[in-house]
Amino acid sequence: MNKMRLFAHLCLFASVLFGGQVLYAGGGHGSVSHPEDNMSWGEIFELVFFLDLMTRWVILSTTFLGFAAGLIGSFLLLRKRSLMGDALSHAMLPGVPIAFIVMVAMGGDGKWMPGLMLGVTVFGLLGVMMVMAINRYTRIKMDAAMGIVLSVFFGFGLGLMKVAEKLIGGEKTGLRHYIYGSAATIRFEDCISIMVVSLIAVLSCILFYKEFKLLCFDASFGRSQGWPTGLLDLLMLLVVTLVTVVGLQTVGIILVIALFVIPAAAARFWTHTLWKMVIIASGIGAFSGWIGSIVSAMAERMPAGAIIVIVASIVFLLSMFFGPAKGVLIRTLMKRRLNRQVARQHLLRAFFEHTELNLDGNDTEAFGAKATELSIDELLKSRSWNRSSLKKLLRVSAVAGTVAELGGDVFRLTEAGFVEAERHVRNHRLWEMYLITHADIAANHVDRDADMVEHILGEQLVRRLEILLEAEGVSVPRGGVPKNPHGALIGS
Amino acid sequence: MVELISIDYWVILVGMLCAMSCGLLGNFMLLRKMSMMGDAISHAVLPGIAGAFLFVIYLQSFAHATWLPESVREWVGSINARSTLPMLIGAGCSGLLTTMFTQWVQRFGKVDQGAAMGVVFTTLFAIGLIMIRQAADHVDLDPDCVLYGQIDLVGVGEFVELGGVSMPKSVQTLLIVLGINVVCIGLFYKELKITAFDPALADTLGFSSGKMHYLLMILVAITTVASFEVIGSILVIAMLIVPAATAHLLTDRLPQMILMSLVVGVLSAIFGHLMAINLPVMLAKHVGGIFADVNGTSTAGMMAVASGFIFGVTVFLAPRHGLVMKWWHQVAIRRRILREDILGMLYRLEENAGKTLEADHFAKALHENRWRISTAITGLVKSDQIQHAEDGYHLTVDGKSAAKRLVRSHRLWEAFLIKHMALHESHVHGTAERLEHITTDEMVKTLAASTGNPATDPHGREIPSEDVDN
Repeated sequence: MNKMRLFAHLCLFASVLFGGQVLYAGGGHGSVSHPEDNMSWGEIFELVFFLDLMTRWVILSTTFLGFAAGLIGSFLLLRKRSLMGDALSHAMLPGVPIAFIVMVAMGGDGKWMPGLMLGVTVFGLLGVMMVMAINRYTRIKMDAAMGIVLSVFFGFGLGLMKVAEKLIGGEKTGLRHYIYGSAATIRFEDCISIMVVSLIAVLSCILFYKEFKLLCFDASFGRSQGWPTGLLDLLMLLVVTLVTVVGLQTVGIILVIALFVIPAAAARFWTHTLWKMVIIASGIGAFSGWIGSIVSAMAERMPAGAIIVIVASIVFLLSMFFGPAKGVLIRTLMKRRLNRQVARQHLLRAFFEHTELNLDGNDTEAFGAKATELSIDELLKSRSWNRSSLKKLLRVSAVAGTVAELGGDVFRLTEAGFVEAERHVRNHRLWEMYLITHADIAANHVDRDADMVEHILGEQLVRRLEILLEAEGVSVPRGGVPKNPHGALIGS
Repeated sequence: MVELISIDYWVILVGMLCAMSCGLLGNFMLLRKMSMMGDAISHAVLPGIAGAFLFVIYLQSFAHATWLPESVREWVGSINARSTLPMLIGAGCSGLLTTMFTQWVQRFGKVDQGAAMGVVFTTLFAIGLIMIRQAADHVDLDPDCVLYGQIDLVGVGEFVELGGVSMPKSVQTLLIVLGINVVCIGLFYKELKITAFDPALADTLGFSSGKMHYLLMILVAITTVASFEVIGSILVIAMLIVPAATAHLLTDRLPQMILMSLVVGVLSAIFGHLMAINLPVMLAKHVGGIFADVNGTSTAGMMAVASGFIFGVTVFLAPRHGLVMKWWHQVAIRRRILREDILGMLYRLEENAGKTLEADHFAKALHENRWRISTAITGLVKSDQIQHAEDGYHLTVDGKSAAKRLVRSHRLWEAFLIKHMALHESHVHGTAERLEHITTDEMVKTLAASTGNPATDPHGREIPSEDVDN
């Protein structure tokens, strides 16, 4: 188990190293501000540690944004609302022209940033509440509710936008780009607002950790305990809204959605514990923002938002394969190990049952001494395994010391193998008897079921089975193997 | 009202065609809880479109390659980088890739469907953005145009012939798409239906729910791609979801739902365009001020708004699932229960000492406000179940028989709960109080039989006889 974890970690480390090389080689060419072919290490150093004056605020902003989005995104993912960021960021659109029109109507400057941001936040929250209301009061499910709000609000926003652009005094302004901006325009003030929002996100996640956790794992239990789940949901989505508002300016609409979804989904492969997942997700988010904007600064024509998402996706892909908790690799390894273990135990049982048959089940003491010798052909009959896999199985078991080869494709159990076989056969039969006595299953139907269960019966379960069976008046020999309850040898 | 000209009819027609082809698919997407897939696909087609564009430009560079035969060079030179077909193919490919990747991440990585969708479509979109930026030298491909469409220009573009009728090219495209959707859904209606409602059952019956999923996704990809060049992706998303959701509120049967979603789609297209051409003018004329120069708005956006409006009205007014109907049912039930409670109270009082009560006493005993009590009493007096004497309210003959039925079911329930549910005597009153209002005569008979027709209830009070007419 630990060895497998280690292996998964090593694979991850190696691929990250490799990826870094590629990024460096690819990104180092033809920088805008630096005409020479390759950037010097000094310049890269400056970028990486926020020392380069031109890019410092961009890199800091995207790092913090990734951090905040990853943080709150973890809760969204577990609440199965990953796409809420999507609905939210589209539903915000009408806020821009409405704020603009209101400000112009009041005689002010229509492009006053805090005003526009307020409008956007209000509409974001309105959209979220609408989604929750539709989901709660009608039979429309969450996904459709999000889609409805997303498209209708965005359509409304588009219509208003055209109106706002033709207002008196508002020459064709391209208003949308004020809010749905890009990383190139980030200034010091934007960076500060992103940091403040990140701080809010961190504080709310710490303060409401227990409540958010409850929402993620069992909201209906929370409701029955009297928690105001609706309000808590709204609070969570308020934080999402704030992050989205500052994020839209930095990386654009689709890419802020990505920062909510991808780091959290990647972190899920790393751990089964919520607080660890939250920390890992914020780390991945911050890392993507940091590396992405550095690469974008180093290379020509690389939009920061898109690069950040690509970095996050690469991390996701690596996590999906090598993640030590739920990754594909570790799951495959575990499955293979289990399959091998199952096959070995089946082999032992086959040997044991042949032995038992030859002795007619009387002389249990002498089993060890008289363990039957079986050829591969004989073994093949007792189970549906093919010759090559059986040969391999026998070889592995021989190395493990449970089976001894006598030459000429003939094998027998060793002393150690016999003890192990006895245990498995005992478990198998205990389960069979349990199924017969407690689940009212016919004796000739229990073998298959027990075949699967015998491998995972732990000591405690076996003890409970013994107690249950004895209560039913079935005699269970302590240590020894009970008689086969259905009387037939598998495959015979 | 602004008068409609022929261009407007083309716009409305395009909106209707798109609404119908999207609406058809939307029903099945809604039932499969995959409504957001349309959103994902419409964003994820960006790399496909950019890729097709770049590929055509790459092909064009061969127009001057001398080693190629003359005819090939001519053909290559004649390809227009902005023509529809390559873009459609490119977008179709990336639409398919989106569904495949989503499925793959979901199955292979065991990720929640929404999250898998989010990971895939944002990544593809990012790749598309980078491609566009990298090729910025020879391309001016505006992602906005892809996202928001140009429905207003439908009637002024290129016209083609189809079946002897001259029509804009986009109308032809949408007609073909609608045809494909109708044929596919007609052919696989049964399979789509069973996989939408019970995929596990479908698999055991031998219909592959996976194959149906892919069929649906291919149709969605084709429809999305073909439509959004004309009408913009946002309207595609709206039409995939909103009409189907509206129809879902109106009916519980699939054929009706499909039909209604088509109607809702068509209505949204018509109202949307009417709003788009009338509202700005009205705004400029009647509000004036800063709005004096306003002369247009986004047609696609307004069609989405119109569909949202229809959805909103339906949420409140739908005959069975509407909020108003639900609220009205609740009010009606509450009123009936209150009346029955008053009858029951009077019966019990008359049974004990023949005391009568005024409206105030009811309000106190039943924890209800005066207004509700007096409406209930007025109703009871009107239906001749109680009448007012100088010392308070009395039951009439009618009222007494109704009250008897009620008290009988209450006391039988108490007996039943103690006998069969092993509840304590002190715990049965509350439950019986609720059940008495929903107990039919048939149930009362069964209750009496299963409790052995007792003469008194567990508290020792008489259970009124079955013969309610005294």
